Amino acid sequence: MNRLLLLGDEAIAQAALDAGLSGMYAYPGTPSTEIMEYIQSSKDAAERKVRRDWSCNEKTAMEAALGMSYAGKRSMVAMKHVGLNVAADGFINSAMTGVNGGLIVVSADDPSMHSSQNEQDSRFYGKFASVPCFEPSNQQEAYDMIFDAFEASEKYKVPILFRITTRLAHSRANVELRDALPERKLSLPPDPLQFVLLPAIARKKYKGLLSSYESLKYDIRLSKYNSFKDGSKRELGIIACGIAYNYLMENISEETNQIPVLKISAYPFPPDLIREITSRCNEVLVLEEGAPIVEEALRGILDNGIKIFGRLDGTVPRDGELNPSIVAKALGLPVTYGEAVPSIVKMRPPSFCKGCGHADMFDSLIEAINSYGPGRVFSDIGCYTLGALPPYSAINSCVDMGASVTMAIGADDAGLFPSVAVIGDSTFTHSGMTGLLDAVVKNSKITVIISDNSTTGMTGGQQSQATGRLVQICEGIGVIMEHIRVMVPLRRNHEENVRIMKEEFDYKGVSVIIAMRECIQTASKRKKSED
Amino acid sequence: MKSDIILSGVGGQGILSIAATIGLAAVDNNLFLKQAEVHGMSQRGGDVQSHLRLSDKPVASDLIPYGKADLILSVEPMESLRYLPWLSKSGWLVTNSNPFINITDYPPLDEILSEIKKIKNHIIIDADAIAKECGSVRSGNLVILGAASPFIDMPYESLENAIRKLFGRKGEEIVEINLKALRAGRNYSNDLKI
Ligand SMILES: Cc1ncc(C[n+]2csc(CCOP(=O)(O)OP(=O)(O)O)c2C)c(N)n1
Repeated sequence: MNRLLLLGDEAIAQAALDAGLSGMYAYPGTPSTEIMEYIQSSKDAAERKVRRDWSCNEKTAMEAALGMSYAGKRSMVAMKHVGLNVAADGFINSAMTGVNGGLIVVSADDPSMHSSQNEQDSRFYGKFASVPCFEPSNQQEAYDMIFDAFEASEKYKVPILFRITTRLAHSRANVELRDALPERKLSLPPDPLQFVLLPAIARKKYKGLLSSYESLKYDIRLSKYNSFKDGSKRELGIIACGIAYNYLMENISEETNQIPVLKISAYPFPPDLIREITSRCNEVLVLEEGAPIVEEALRGILDNGIKIFGRLDGTVPRDGELNPSIVAKALGLPVTYGEAVPSIVKMRPPSFCKGCGHADMFDSLIEAINSYGPGRVFSDIGCYTLGALPPYSAINSCVDMGASVTMAIGADDAGLFPSVAVIGDSTFTHSGMTGLLDAVVKNSKITVIISDNSTTGMTGGQQSQATGRLVQICEGIGVIMEHIRVMVPLRRNHEENVRIMKEEFDYKGVSVIIAMRECIQTASKRKKSED
Repeated sequence: MKSDIILSGVGGQGILSIAATIGLAAVDNNLFLKQAEVHGMSQRGGDVQSHLRLSDKPVASDLIPYGKADLILSVEPMESLRYLPWLSKSGWLVTNSNPFINITDYPPLDEILSEIKKIKNHIIIDADAIAKECGSVRSGNLVILGAASPFIDMPYESLENAIRKLFGRKGEEIVEINLKALRAGRNYSNDLKI
């Protein structure tokens, strides 16, 4: 049997390939990025010509995957949790249209916000869209589930939400592979109106979606991913969802192995099994990574059933990632710590690489904006967000991809002058372009600095759709050519760059400054591969 | 048999190559393995760690519980201290003595070393100097792995084999330097007669 040591992300990618994937679509985002990267570097995918290009953003990726499904083939789209917000319109309406070829939407959550702005729980979106959600507990299960998810997608004609979290995504374990399935052939949806969500059609389809979601409750339960293991103990029962099940198992010993355990890895969660465990036990502990979704449903508003322990009563911390020690405490088991961290140990936040162009851009920006006063620089998400930290302390916002441009518009409307946006090249093509068009149409007095390192740096240097196209894009959007300024952020150009920035800040219209210098990480990788 | 190992360092110092070496050796020994890595933001010069768990029985959790690590293997001295709450009372701390200073408030090195010396089982090794003697400063991580190898419950030869496999593509010379570095680290610990 073929066995590989794979990250959770890689197990998902390998499974999709083995399940006859024809198209993979994604925008990078920790902790989901390695799914696409694995497929891009797979020999098998290359030989079969599986489509596997990065998209501009999660919405375009989602819709391209839906198009592949429309044409009868199996497709997958992957993103980080906040990416699903961007893709939400397409995702939720894809539940309404349904699919033709199997479609899996992978959303990778980041509890504890290791590399994210928030820790939203993607399982909400499963319920929101009324589609099944799978939540594997380990790498092997992730691999196996992908096959079942494609089948369920085709059986129920809905996209499947596939939720993972950072620990599974970025942890390696042995995975046993199955024999590969062939790709599906091109085939149009049997009903030519299936994908036409005109109200009259949509109303009918929605009723169908709702009743199939209801029936899933009783069908998915049958799947091997929700399982109840009874035990002789009658005090406490435990419900463990997804990866929380591993942390529970880490703590199960001879003493505790008679506790009844319900493992949930597929949603909508099974009411029968929940009734089974709650009818046997006097108390139940709910362990879930992310929001207390199952726990809240069990408690309802009245919370007058059996005693429930979980995140809502403080047995488990209300936020943040789980770990085996947290679960041990929740079980009332002793936790022994090693020595405390000595107080001399200092924080070591991430920082700009030595020689990074963003740093030189910020040096010039700080000097150029100085005379106007503080609080005028809106920024965005990427390596350049590190400009928020000392010694730079140069930016005043980081909210969601593209918000620098649009927040600058609003602040300009309110009378803040100058209003400056600092955005990365990939973030700009992700969600900055539409905001720039708004600014051009209303002639906002803003300056947009695109700090162009010609890569998607923060996530490890993936191709950027913007590379080589920024001037044309900005001109096409309608920024006046004289106010599209290109500079090279280097120490030796500092004086000139400060002057250019000041000129554009003073301009009472939309200007764009493209500070262009290749990321030193990708440059050195490229040089190595050329050697 | 079980070895729960925390690898620590600073983003960019290459702890994942150590993880890959141990991982490959573990696979050769038919061990179960889980290895939680840090990808993303911290790789930009922040603190990074990896939890590596080897066992002859299936491993449940990807993360090591507090107080249960058998070994902290650190390529940077201050970073070795950050994970002390995970180290078991009988565990070993093996660290490079060379600091990586990319913050302005980095503590004085002698204070760091004296904190490390408070840990009963510790080895501090000047991996950079030893690696240089072996032919390349870039093999410093393997010196530290060698120094930690007596505390990893696997035959030493399987680490050597893993290095051959991982570095084979880069040529015989690199493989030899790396093996020498691994051996030098191993000897350093053995000579301490612990
Ligand atoms: C909606 C959404 N998708 C993806 C991400 C993950 N993400 C954060 S920064 C970043 C890269 C931005 O690249 P770029 O704008 O070129 O800046 P760089 O990091 O290269 O400086 C990505 C993909 C996110 N935070 N939000």
